[in-house]
Amino acid sequence: MSEVREAITRAHHDEWARVVAALTRRFGDLGIAEDSAAEAFATAVERWPADGVPPNPGAWLTTTANHKAIDRIRRENKRDDKHKEARMVHDDDPPEPLGAIDDDRLRLIFTCCHPALAMETRAALTLRMVGGLTVPEIARAFLVTESAMGRRITRAKDKIKAARIPYRVPSADDLPARVSGVLAVLFLVFNEGYLATGPDTDPVRHDLTAEAIRLTRLIRALLPDDGEVTGLLALMLLTDARRNARVSAGGELVALDEQDRGSWDAALIAEGHRLVRARLAAAAAGIAPGRYQILAAINAVHTSARDMRDTDWSQILALYDQLVRIDPSPIIALNRAVAVAELDGPEVALATVDRLEPTLSGYHAYHATRADLLRRLGRSQQSRTAYDKAIDLAGNTAETAYLTRRRDQLR
Amino acid sequence: MQYLVSVIDDKSNPGSTDRQPDISAFNERLIADGYWVFAGGLADTTTATVIDNRGEQPVFSDGPFVESKEYLAGVWVWEAPDLDVALELATEASKICDRKIEVRPFQ
Repeated sequence: MSEVREAITRAHHDEWARVVAALTRRFGDLGIAEDSAAEAFATAVERWPADGVPPNPGAWLTTTANHKAIDRIRRENKRDDKHKEARMVHDDDPPEPLGAIDDDRLRLIFTCCHPALAMETRAALTLRMVGGLTVPEIARAFLVTESAMGRRITRAKDKIKAARIPYRVPSADDLPARVSGVLAVLFLVFNEGYLATGPDTDPVRHDLTAEAIRLTRLIRALLPDDGEVTGLLALMLLTDARRNARVSAGGELVALDEQDRGSWDAALIAEGHRLVRARLAAAAAGIAPGRYQILAAINAVHTSARDMRDTDWSQILALYDQLVRIDPSPIIALNRAVAVAELDGPEVALATVDRLEPTLSGYHAYHATRADLLRRLGRSQQSRTAYDKAIDLAGNTAETAYLTRRRDQLR
Repeated sequence: MQYLVSVIDDKSNPGSTDRQPDISAFNERLIADGYWVFAGGLADTTTATVIDNRGEQPVFSDGPFVESKEYLAGVWVWEAPDLDVALELATEASKICDRKIEVRPFQ
């Protein structure tokens, strides 16, 4: 019995996106695809315990979902309309000559991450259609009510249909720009999992980080030659590897310098390092790395050090310098200042950080960084004020606990 | 699939006024490529009249139905196979008109 349940869970994990994607391709309607896929899985839950797990669960689910979709269309007695719609949305062009990326699931991801949809909608729709998360699960992840999330997803599906957002992989010309949008969605999902923003949620939402990693692996399998996809996967793995060391038993965030490096996940780190090395080889061959690859390389340096004191800060600073050139955002400048503090001292770093005040004064990490630098300079009163601001702005419970302890340790 | 393509101007920060030759050339291309259905520039919003005949007698009022900083300056109707094609054209149109563009499908 539990074997069957396991098989259903595994099939949901492995086959959900494939079933939704195949049905979207056939019927040209995300709503029909989603509902029929859900019905097929419900039927599996009913039938597999009695009939046994079919030899090819994916094919069984796709066939069953296809029948459900046809029944549904007949029942709704709008067969002609639906078929007309299916033809309209269906991409009649011959597949782009892009080899492995001509895949239904990839079309589905690009449709869910279309730039005509709002960023948060793209993330929600991707988690539902590609990740197979339920609407209540997604609502919890983004801290909105189930009905609000249901409406958001329904609106997105309606827009895809009404505005005729095509179900296809973008052309080779548009691909790099569109992939970067997909990666931004996956990074958003990962970050929400890694530093959950709600006062009532767990500080780390492993379900979300795991889902982001799984979807990034899927993208990588479909687009193996895209350096940024590899970079983002490496970045996520090297970040997630530190998950167990990052929150104490008391629910407090543990800063990098206090983490028990022995509890980092060695397998994830090894895989992340392997991916970073592959990208370094590509960079050596003259392919300029993008921001995810550089961020991954920074994390590779951190995870190579047995101890905070062993960290190769000059290497990290060099990587930040490279990152600033392609992404001159104030947040990157703030993180770069942390490396500057290790190399040139907190005073030099503080001067850099203070210059970011106009753009970052509403960002908790800006105040937390300042507070730490002021603490190291012995300017306790100013440090306390900065911690207060950081605590006010931080949304993550573990982080708030950490900042509060740090503030209360000041004398 | 037909799309209504609206040209949006801004009263406090209007687009430049010398766009006509470029827009004409763009229209020629839209016609040649089979996207063009209809196009027209609109006179100033002050020339609008709103009629409300839902009550006992019609009421005419001077001016547009909504007072706002942004207003509709002109429209196209395009025939395009999907939103990606419409958005690509609209991206060009925004540059050519020096104004924001809204793309909205007909039902």
